[in-house]
Amino acid sequence: MASSMWEYANPTRFMQVSGRLLPWVAGAALVVTAAGLIWGFFFTPDDFRQGATVKIVFVHVPAAMMAINAWVMMLVASLIWIVRRHHVSALAAKAAAPVGVTMTAIALISGGIWGQPMWGTWWAWDPRLTAFLILFLFYLGYMALWAALDDPDTAADLTGVLCLVGSVFALMSRYAVNFWSQGLHQGASLSVQPGERMDIVFRMPLYVSMTGFGLIFVALVLIGVRTEIRARRMRALVMRERMA
Amino acid sequence: MIALLVRDLRIATRAGGGFGLGLAFFLILVVLVPLGVGPEADRLAPIAPGILWVGALLACLLSLDRIFALDYEDGSLDILATAPVPLEAVVALKALAHWITTGLPLTLAAPVLGVLMHLPREGYAWLVLSLAVGTPALSMIGAFGAALTVGLRRGGLLLSLLVLPLYVPTLIYGTEVVRRGAEGLATATPLLLLGGITAGAAGLLPFAAAAALRVNLR
Repeated sequence: MASSMWEYANPTRFMQVSGRLLPWVAGAALVVTAAGLIWGFFFTPDDFRQGATVKIVFVHVPAAMMAINAWVMMLVASLIWIVRRHHVSALAAKAAAPVGVTMTAIALISGGIWGQPMWGTWWAWDPRLTAFLILFLFYLGYMALWAALDDPDTAADLTGVLCLVGSVFALMSRYAVNFWSQGLHQGASLSVQPGERMDIVFRMPLYVSMTGFGLIFVALVLIGVRTEIRARRMRALVMRERMA
Repeated sequence: MIALLVRDLRIATRAGGGFGLGLAFFLILVVLVPLGVGPEADRLAPIAPGILWVGALLACLLSLDRIFALDYEDGSLDILATAPVPLEAVVALKALAHWITTGLPLTLAAPVLGVLMHLPREGYAWLVLSLAVGTPALSMIGAFGAALTVGLRRGGLLLSLLVLPLYVPTLIYGTEVVRRGAEGLATATPLLLLGGITAGAAGLLPFAAAAALRVNLR
Protein backbone atom coordinates (compact mmCIF):
# COMPACT_ATOMS: atom_id res chain seq x y z
CA MET A 1 0.00 0.00 0.00
CA ALA A 2 1.19 3.49 -0.77
CA SER A 3 2.37 5.48 2.21
CA SER A 4 0.98 8.71 0.77
CA MET A 5 -1.45 9.59 -1.99
CA TRP A 6 1.27 11.66 -3.68
CA GLU A 7 3.08 8.44 -4.59
CA TYR A 8 0.56 8.02 -7.42
CA ALA A 9 1.78 11.31 -8.85
CA ASN A 10 4.78 9.39 -10.14
CA PRO A 11 3.82 8.54 -13.76
CA THR A 12 5.34 5.03 -13.59
CA ARG A 13 3.52 4.24 -10.37
CA PHE A 14 0.35 5.77 -11.81
CA MET A 15 0.59 3.63 -14.94
CA GLN A 16 1.01 0.47 -12.85
CA VAL A 17 -1.90 1.17 -10.55
CA SER A 18 -4.25 2.63 -13.16
CA GLY A 19 -3.48 -0.25 -15.52
CA ARG A 20 -4.61 -2.70 -12.86
CA LEU A 21 -7.66 -0.59 -11.88
CA LEU A 22 -8.90 0.37 -15.31
CA PRO A 23 -10.57 -2.92 -16.38
CA TRP A 24 -12.45 -3.05 -13.07
CA VAL A 25 -13.55 0.57 -13.19
CA ALA A 26 -14.58 0.32 -16.84
CA GLY A 27 -16.43 -2.94 -16.22
CA ALA A 28 -18.19 -1.54 -13.16
CA ALA A 29 -19.11 1.61 -15.15
CA LEU A 30 -20.71 -0.53 -17.83
CA VAL A 31 -22.62 -2.76 -15.41
CA VAL A 32 -23.80 -0.01 -13.06
CA THR A 33 -24.88 2.38 -15.83
CA ALA A 34 -26.70 -0.41 -17.66
CA ALA A 35 -28.38 -1.46 -14.41
CA GLY A 36 -29.43 2.11 -13.59
CA LEU A 37 -30.77 2.83 -17.07
CA ILE A 38 -32.59 -0.50 -17.48
CA TRP A 39 -34.08 -0.20 -14.00
CA GLY A 40 -35.08 3.37 -14.70
CA PHE A 41 -36.47 2.83 -18.19
CA PHE A 42 -38.36 -0.45 -17.74
CA PHE A 43 -39.04 -1.02 -14.07
CA THR A 44 -40.37 2.32 -12.87
CA PRO A 45 -43.98 3.44 -13.24
CA ASP A 46 -44.89 6.31 -15.58
CA ASP A 47 -45.34 9.66 -13.91
CA PHE A 48 -49.03 10.56 -13.62
CA ARG A 49 -48.57 13.85 -15.41
CA GLN A 50 -45.39 13.48 -17.45
CA GLY A 51 -46.00 9.92 -18.63
CA ALA A 52 -42.98 8.02 -19.93
CA THR A 53 -40.99 11.19 -20.74
CA VAL A 54 -40.04 11.42 -17.08
CA LYS A 55 -37.57 8.60 -17.72
CA ILE A 56 -35.19 10.98 -19.48
CA VAL A 57 -34.31 11.99 -15.92
CA PHE A 58 -32.10 8.90 -15.65
CA VAL A 59 -29.81 10.27 -18.39
CA HIS A 60 -30.36 14.00 -17.95
CA VAL A 61 -29.62 14.40 -14.25
CA PRO A 62 -26.51 12.17 -14.07
CA ALA A 63 -25.04 13.87 -17.16
CA ALA A 64 -25.73 17.32 -15.74
CA MET A 65 -24.22 16.30 -12.40
CA MET A 66 -21.05 14.97 -14.05
CA ALA A 67 -20.78 18.08 -16.24
CA ILE A 68 -20.38 20.14 -13.07
CA ASN A 69 -18.33 17.55 -11.19
CA ALA A 70 -15.88 17.27 -14.10
CA TRP A 71 -15.24 21.01 -13.88
CA VAL A 72 -14.73 20.80 -10.11
CA MET A 73 -12.32 17.92 -10.63
CA MET A 74 -10.44 20.00 -13.22
CA LEU A 75 -10.26 22.83 -10.71
CA VAL A 76 -8.81 20.56 -8.00
CA ALA A 77 -6.36 18.95 -10.44
CA SER A 78 -5.27 22.38 -11.72
CA LEU A 79 -4.68 23.58 -8.16
CA ILE A 80 -2.59 20.49 -7.40
CA TRP A 81 -0.57 21.08 -10.56
CA ILE A 82 0.00 24.74 -9.75
CA VAL A 83 0.98 24.05 -6.14
CA ARG A 84 2.81 20.71 -6.32
CA ARG A 85 3.72 20.45 -10.03
CA HIS A 86 2.73 16.81 -10.49
CA HIS A 87 2.39 16.16 -14.22
CA VAL A 88 -0.23 13.46 -13.76
CA SER A 89 -2.47 16.06 -12.14
CA ALA A 90 -2.23 18.44 -15.09
CA LEU A 91 -2.92 15.57 -17.46
CA ALA A 92 -5.95 14.53 -15.41
CA ALA A 93 -7.35 18.06 -15.77
CA LYS A 94 -6.70 17.90 -19.50
CA ALA A 95 -8.35 14.48 -19.82
CA ALA A 96 -11.41 15.56 -17.82
CA ALA A 97 -12.33 18.44 -20.14
CA PRO A 98 -13.52 16.46 -23.20
CA VAL A 99 -15.56 14.19 -20.93
CA GLY A 100 -17.02 17.20 -19.15
CA VAL A 101 -17.95 18.97 -22.36
CA THR A 102 -19.64 15.79 -23.66
CA MET A 103 -21.63 15.47 -20.44
CA THR A 104 -22.67 19.12 -20.77
CA ALA A 105 -23.80 18.47 -24.33
CA ILE A 106 -25.72 15.35 -23.27
CA ALA A 107 -27.42 17.31 -20.50
CA LEU A 108 -28.37 20.13 -22.90
CA ILE A 109 -29.62 17.82 -25.65
CA SER A 110 -31.52 15.42 -23.37
CA GLY A 111 -32.98 18.49 -21.67
CA GLY A 112 -34.22 19.78 -25.03
CA ILE A 113 -35.77 16.41 -25.87
CA TRP A 114 -37.47 16.41 -22.47
CA GLY A 115 -38.46 20.06 -22.64
CA GLN A 116 -40.19 19.75 -25.99
CA PRO A 117 -43.18 17.67 -24.75
CA MET A 118 -43.16 19.08 -21.19
CA TRP A 119 -42.60 22.83 -21.61
CA GLY A 120 -43.56 22.93 -25.30
CA THR A 121 -40.15 24.19 -26.38
CA TRP A 122 -36.71 22.77 -27.21
CA TRP A 123 -34.94 25.70 -25.72
CA ALA A 124 -35.81 28.43 -23.26
CA TRP A 125 -33.54 31.05 -21.70
CA ASP A 126 -34.11 29.48 -18.34
CA PRO A 127 -31.30 30.22 -15.82
CA ARG A 128 -30.16 26.61 -15.56
CA LEU A 129 -30.15 26.07 -19.31
CA THR A 130 -28.30 29.31 -19.84
CA ALA A 131 -25.78 28.50 -17.13
CA PHE A 132 -25.13 25.16 -18.78
CA LEU A 133 -24.65 26.75 -22.17
CA ILE A 134 -22.16 29.13 -20.58
CA LEU A 135 -20.42 26.20 -18.90
CA PHE A 136 -20.21 24.59 -22.34
CA LEU A 137 -18.45 27.73 -23.63
CA PHE A 138 -16.03 27.67 -20.70
CA TYR A 139 -15.14 24.07 -21.55
CA LEU A 140 -14.60 25.00 -25.21
CA GLY A 141 -12.27 27.87 -24.28
CA TYR A 142 -10.33 25.68 -21.86
CA MET A 143 -9.85 22.93 -24.45
CA ALA A 144 -8.97 25.42 -27.17
CA LEU A 145 -6.22 26.88 -24.98
CA TRP A 146 -4.79 23.39 -24.37
CA ALA A 147 -4.85 22.72 -28.11
CA ALA A 148 -3.27 26.05 -29.04
CA LEU A 149 -0.12 25.77 -26.92
CA ASP A 150 2.73 23.52 -28.04
CA ASP A 151 4.86 23.35 -24.92
CA PRO A 152 3.11 20.96 -22.48
CA ASP A 153 4.27 22.73 -19.30
CA THR A 154 3.29 26.18 -20.56
CA ALA A 155 -0.07 24.77 -21.63
CA ALA A 156 -0.60 23.14 -18.22
CA ASP A 157 0.28 26.38 -16.40
CA LEU A 158 -1.87 28.66 -18.52
CA THR A 159 -4.88 26.35 -18.61
CA GLY A 160 -4.51 25.94 -14.85
CA VAL A 161 -4.73 29.69 -14.32
CA LEU A 162 -7.65 29.87 -16.75
CA CYS A 163 -9.44 27.10 -14.86
CA LEU A 164 -9.05 28.95 -11.54
CA VAL A 165 -10.26 32.28 -12.92
CA GLY A 166 -12.91 30.56 -15.06
CA SER A 167 -14.33 28.75 -12.03
CA VAL A 168 -14.93 32.03 -10.24
CA PHE A 169 -16.60 33.54 -13.30
CA ALA A 170 -18.60 30.41 -14.06
CA LEU A 171 -19.99 30.51 -10.52
CA MET A 172 -20.73 34.24 -10.83
CA SER A 173 -22.48 33.62 -14.15
CA ARG A 174 -24.57 30.90 -12.52
CA TYR A 175 -25.98 33.39 -10.03
CA ALA A 176 -26.06 36.28 -12.49
CA VAL A 177 -28.42 34.38 -14.83
CA ASN A 178 -30.70 33.67 -11.86
CA PHE A 179 -30.97 37.39 -11.46
CA TRP A 180 -31.61 37.88 -15.15
CA SER A 181 -34.48 35.49 -15.82
CA GLN A 182 -37.08 33.48 -13.97
CA GLY A 183 -36.82 29.77 -14.52
CA LEU A 184 -38.91 26.86 -15.70
CA HIS A 185 -36.96 24.26 -13.74
CA GLN A 186 -38.36 22.88 -10.52
CA GLY A 187 -36.52 23.26 -7.21
CA ALA A 188 -34.22 20.60 -5.81
CA SER A 189 -35.43 17.11 -6.74
CA LEU A 190 -32.88 15.27 -4.61
CA SER A 191 -33.15 17.49 -1.56
CA VAL A 192 -32.57 15.79 1.78
CA GLN A 193 -35.84 17.31 2.98
CA PRO A 194 -38.55 14.66 2.71
CA GLY A 195 -41.63 15.86 0.88
CA GLU A 196 -39.85 18.04 -1.67
CA ARG A 197 -38.00 15.28 -3.42
CA MET A 198 -38.95 12.62 -5.93
CA ASP A 199 -40.47 9.36 -4.84
CA ILE A 200 -38.15 6.55 -3.76
CA VAL A 201 -39.17 4.42 -6.81
CA PHE A 202 -37.54 7.01 -9.05
CA ARG A 203 -34.74 8.00 -6.71
CA MET A 204 -33.16 4.56 -6.30
CA PRO A 205 -32.51 3.90 -10.03
CA LEU A 206 -31.44 7.53 -10.37
CA TYR A 207 -28.77 7.06 -7.70
CA VAL A 208 -27.59 3.90 -9.48
CA SER A 209 -27.43 5.74 -12.80
CA MET A 210 -25.52 8.63 -11.21
CA THR A 211 -22.98 6.21 -9.78
CA GLY A 212 -22.66 4.64 -13.23
CA PHE A 213 -22.03 8.01 -14.90
CA GLY A 214 -19.44 8.79 -12.23
CA LEU A 215 -17.65 5.53 -12.95
CA ILE A 216 -17.77 6.21 -16.70
CA PHE A 217 -16.13 9.55 -16.03
CA VAL A 218 -13.37 7.99 -13.91
CA ALA A 219 -12.72 5.29 -16.52
CA LEU A 220 -12.52 7.80 -19.38
CA VAL A 221 -10.21 10.12 -17.43
CA LEU A 222 -7.93 7.19 -16.59
CA ILE A 223 -7.81 6.19 -20.26
CA GLY A 224 -7.14 9.80 -21.27
CA VAL A 225 -4.28 10.23 -18.78
CA ARG A 226 -2.73 6.89 -19.73
CA THR A 227 -2.87 7.78 -23.44
CA GLU A 228 -1.29 11.15 -22.75
CA ILE A 229 1.53 9.63 -20.67
CA ARG A 230 2.24 7.12 -23.45
CA ALA A 231 2.18 9.89 -26.06
CA ARG A 232 4.69 11.88 -24.02
CA ARG A 233 6.95 8.89 -23.59
CA MET A 234 6.84 8.33 -27.32
CA ARG A 235 7.67 11.95 -27.97
CA ALA A 236 10.60 11.69 -25.57
CA LEU A 237 11.84 8.56 -27.40
CA VAL A 238 11.58 10.27 -30.78
CA MET A 239 13.52 13.26 -29.43
CA ARG A 240 16.21 10.97 -28.05
CA GLU A 241 16.47 9.17 -31.40
CA ARG A 242 16.91 12.48 -33.16
CA MET A 243 19.61 13.60 -30.74
CA ALA A 244 21.59 10.37 -31.17
CA MET B 1 4.52 54.00 -13.13
CA ILE B 2 2.92 57.16 -14.42
CA ALA B 3 5.56 57.22 -17.17
CA LEU B 4 4.44 53.74 -18.17
CA LEU B 5 0.81 54.81 -18.29
CA VAL B 6 1.65 57.89 -20.36
CA ARG B 7 3.77 55.77 -22.70
CA ASP B 8 0.94 53.28 -23.27
CA LEU B 9 -1.55 56.06 -23.86
CA ARG B 10 0.79 57.70 -26.36
CA ILE B 11 1.34 54.48 -28.28
CA ALA B 12 -2.39 53.84 -28.40
CA THR B 13 -3.33 57.33 -29.62
CA ARG B 14 -0.60 57.73 -32.24
CA ALA B 15 -1.11 56.62 -35.83
CA GLY B 16 -1.50 52.86 -36.18
CA GLY B 17 -2.35 52.51 -32.52
CA GLY B 18 -5.91 51.49 -33.28
CA PHE B 19 -7.41 54.32 -31.22
CA GLY B 20 -10.89 55.17 -32.47
CA LEU B 21 -11.24 51.81 -34.16
CA GLY B 22 -13.33 50.52 -31.28
CA LEU B 23 -15.51 53.62 -31.39
CA ALA B 24 -16.09 53.23 -35.14
CA PHE B 25 -16.96 49.58 -34.61
CA PHE B 26 -19.44 50.52 -31.87
CA LEU B 27 -21.09 53.02 -34.24
CA ILE B 28 -21.29 50.51 -37.12
CA LEU B 29 -22.82 47.87 -34.87
CA VAL B 30 -25.50 50.26 -33.64
CA VAL B 31 -26.25 51.28 -37.24
CA LEU B 32 -26.51 47.67 -38.37
CA VAL B 33 -28.99 46.59 -35.70
CA PRO B 34 -31.91 48.80 -36.85
CA LEU B 35 -31.14 47.77 -40.44
CA GLY B 36 -31.54 44.19 -39.30
CA VAL B 37 -34.55 44.37 -36.97
CA GLY B 38 -36.45 47.34 -38.43
CA PRO B 39 -36.62 51.06 -37.67
CA GLU B 40 -39.75 51.20 -35.42
CA ALA B 41 -39.05 52.99 -32.14
CA ASP B 42 -41.22 50.63 -30.12
CA ARG B 43 -39.15 47.71 -31.39
CA LEU B 44 -35.74 49.32 -30.86
CA ALA B 45 -36.37 50.89 -27.46
CA PRO B 46 -36.74 47.62 -25.48
CA ILE B 47 -33.57 46.13 -26.94
CA ALA B 48 -31.54 49.35 -26.78
CA PRO B 49 -29.85 48.66 -23.40
CA GLY B 50 -28.78 45.19 -24.49
CA ILE B 51 -27.54 46.24 -27.92
CA LEU B 52 -25.58 49.18 -26.51
CA TRP B 53 -23.94 46.98 -23.87
CA VAL B 54 -23.15 44.14 -26.29
CA GLY B 55 -21.77 46.71 -28.73
CA ALA B 56 -19.52 48.25 -26.09
CA LEU B 57 -18.36 44.79 -25.06
CA LEU B 58 -17.46 43.74 -28.60
CA ALA B 59 -15.77 47.06 -29.34
CA CYS B 60 -13.72 46.55 -26.19
CA LEU B 61 -12.78 43.04 -27.32
CA LEU B 62 -11.43 44.36 -30.61
CA SER B 63 -8.36 46.03 -29.14
CA LEU B 64 -7.55 43.53 -26.38
CA ASP B 65 -4.77 41.69 -28.17
CA ARG B 66 -2.83 44.97 -28.41
CA ILE B 67 -2.51 45.25 -24.65
CA PHE B 68 0.58 43.04 -24.51
CA ALA B 69 1.27 41.89 -28.08
CA LEU B 70 3.45 44.80 -29.23
CA ASP B 71 5.49 44.87 -26.05
CA TYR B 72 5.89 41.11 -26.24
CA GLU B 73 7.13 41.20 -29.82
CA ASP B 74 9.75 43.93 -29.38
CA GLY B 75 10.96 42.59 -26.06
CA SER B 76 9.95 45.51 -23.86
CA LEU B 77 7.71 43.17 -21.87
CA ASP B 78 10.83 41.26 -20.73
CA ILE B 79 12.29 44.54 -19.52
CA LEU B 80 9.05 45.45 -17.75
CA ALA B 81 8.99 42.02 -16.12
CA THR B 82 12.44 42.55 -14.59
CA ALA B 83 11.80 46.21 -13.72
CA PRO B 84 11.50 47.29 -10.07
CA VAL B 85 7.74 47.84 -10.60
CA PRO B 86 5.93 44.56 -9.87
CA LEU B 87 4.49 42.87 -12.95
CA GLU B 88 1.05 42.94 -11.31
CA ALA B 89 1.17 46.73 -11.29
CA VAL B 90 2.32 46.76 -14.93
CA VAL B 91 -0.70 44.62 -15.84
CA ALA B 92 -3.09 46.86 -13.91
CA LEU B 93 -1.62 49.97 -15.54
CA LYS B 94 -1.88 48.49 -19.01
CA ALA B 95 -5.51 47.56 -18.33
CA LEU B 96 -6.09 51.12 -17.14
CA ALA B 97 -4.50 52.49 -20.32
CA HIS B 98 -6.73 50.19 -22.35
CA TRP B 99 -9.77 51.46 -20.46
CA ILE B 100 -8.83 55.11 -21.01
CA THR B 101 -8.42 54.53 -24.74
CA THR B 102 -11.48 52.29 -25.28
CA GLY B 103 -13.85 52.00 -22.30
CA LEU B 104 -13.92 55.71 -21.51
CA PRO B 105 -14.57 56.89 -25.11
CA LEU B 106 -17.25 54.20 -25.47
CA THR B 107 -18.91 55.42 -22.28
CA LEU B 108 -18.90 59.00 -23.52
CA ALA B 109 -20.16 58.06 -27.00
CA ALA B 110 -22.90 55.73 -25.74
CA PRO B 111 -25.60 58.43 -25.15
CA VAL B 112 -25.30 59.60 -28.76
CA LEU B 113 -25.78 56.05 -29.97
CA GLY B 114 -28.61 55.71 -27.47
CA VAL B 115 -30.47 58.35 -29.49
CA LEU B 116 -30.08 56.18 -32.59
CA MET B 117 -31.53 53.25 -30.65
CA HIS B 118 -34.48 55.26 -29.25
CA LEU B 119 -33.39 54.62 -25.70
CA PRO B 120 -36.08 56.01 -23.32
CA ARG B 121 -35.12 59.34 -21.77
CA GLU B 122 -34.79 57.95 -18.24
CA GLY B 123 -32.14 55.46 -19.45
CA TYR B 124 -29.32 57.83 -20.48
CA ALA B 125 -27.88 58.59 -17.08
CA TRP B 126 -27.97 54.90 -16.16
CA LEU B 127 -26.36 53.93 -19.47
CA VAL B 128 -23.41 56.24 -18.87
CA LEU B 129 -23.17 55.28 -15.21
CA SER B 130 -23.34 51.53 -15.86
CA LEU B 131 -20.73 51.72 -18.62
CA ALA B 132 -18.47 53.87 -16.47
CA VAL B 133 -18.72 51.34 -13.65
CA GLY B 134 -18.63 48.22 -15.82
CA THR B 135 -16.15 48.85 -18.63
CA PRO B 136 -13.08 48.85 -16.33
CA ALA B 137 -13.96 45.22 -15.53
CA LEU B 138 -14.07 44.49 -19.27
CA SER B 139 -10.57 45.92 -19.71
CA MET B 140 -9.20 44.05 -16.71
CA ILE B 141 -10.74 40.70 -17.70
CA GLY B 142 -9.52 41.32 -21.24
CA ALA B 143 -6.00 42.01 -20.00
CA PHE B 144 -6.08 38.61 -18.30
CA GLY B 145 -7.16 36.95 -21.57
CA ALA B 146 -4.49 38.86 -23.47
CA ALA B 147 -1.87 37.70 -20.97
CA LEU B 148 -2.91 34.08 -21.53
CA THR B 149 -2.68 34.27 -25.31
CA VAL B 150 0.26 36.66 -25.74
CA GLY B 151 2.66 33.90 -26.82
CA LEU B 152 0.41 32.65 -29.60
CA ARG B 153 0.83 33.83 -33.16
CA ARG B 154 -2.85 33.67 -34.05
CA GLY B 155 -4.29 34.29 -30.63
CA GLY B 156 -7.01 36.74 -31.65
CA LEU B 157 -9.84 34.30 -32.18
CA LEU B 158 -8.86 32.18 -29.19
CA LEU B 159 -8.75 35.35 -27.10
CA SER B 160 -12.41 36.08 -27.89
CA LEU B 161 -13.39 32.50 -27.10
CA LEU B 162 -11.64 32.76 -23.72
CA VAL B 163 -12.76 36.26 -22.79
CA LEU B 164 -16.39 36.37 -23.90
CA PRO B 165 -17.66 33.75 -21.39
CA LEU B 166 -15.88 35.72 -18.66
CA TYR B 167 -17.84 38.82 -19.72
CA VAL B 168 -21.21 37.20 -19.00
CA PRO B 169 -21.83 38.49 -15.43
CA THR B 170 -20.66 42.02 -16.32
CA LEU B 171 -22.99 42.11 -19.32
CA ILE B 172 -25.97 40.81 -17.35
CA TYR B 173 -25.66 43.33 -14.53
CA GLY B 174 -24.73 46.17 -16.91
CA THR B 175 -27.81 45.77 -19.12
CA GLU B 176 -29.98 45.19 -16.09
CA VAL B 177 -29.00 48.60 -14.69
CA VAL B 178 -29.97 50.33 -17.94
CA ARG B 179 -33.14 48.31 -18.44
CA ARG B 180 -34.38 48.99 -14.92
CA GLY B 181 -33.30 52.62 -15.16
CA ALA B 182 -35.17 53.08 -18.44
CA GLU B 183 -38.30 51.58 -16.90
CA GLY B 184 -37.96 53.72 -13.80
CA LEU B 185 -37.26 50.83 -11.41
CA ALA B 186 -34.70 50.67 -8.60
CA THR B 187 -31.20 50.10 -9.98
CA ALA B 188 -29.14 49.85 -6.79
CA THR B 189 -28.82 46.03 -6.73
CA PRO B 190 -27.42 45.42 -10.23
CA LEU B 191 -25.32 48.56 -10.03
CA LEU B 192 -23.71 47.44 -6.78
CA LEU B 193 -23.11 43.94 -8.18
CA LEU B 194 -21.55 45.50 -11.29
CA GLY B 195 -19.31 47.62 -9.10
CA GLY B 196 -18.41 44.50 -7.14
CA ILE B 197 -17.28 42.74 -10.30
CA THR B 198 -15.14 45.71 -11.29
CA ALA B 199 -13.60 45.97 -7.83
CA GLY B 200 -12.99 42.23 -7.66
CA ALA B 201 -11.50 42.11 -11.15
CA ALA B 202 -9.23 45.08 -10.46
CA GLY B 203 -8.11 43.62 -7.15
CA LEU B 204 -7.52 39.99 -8.10
CA LEU B 205 -7.06 39.59 -11.84
CA PRO B 206 -3.72 41.47 -12.05
CA PHE B 207 -2.23 38.60 -10.05
CA ALA B 208 -3.65 35.95 -12.38
CA ALA B 209 -2.64 37.94 -15.48
CA ALA B 210 0.89 38.52 -14.14
CA ALA B 211 1.21 34.79 -13.41
CA ALA B 212 0.16 34.01 -16.98
CA LEU B 213 2.62 36.57 -18.36
CA ARG B 214 5.47 35.06 -16.32
CA VAL B 215 4.68 31.64 -17.79
CA ASN B 216 4.67 33.11 -21.30
CA LEU B 217 7.96 34.93 -20.76
CA ARG B 218 9.68 31.81 -19.40
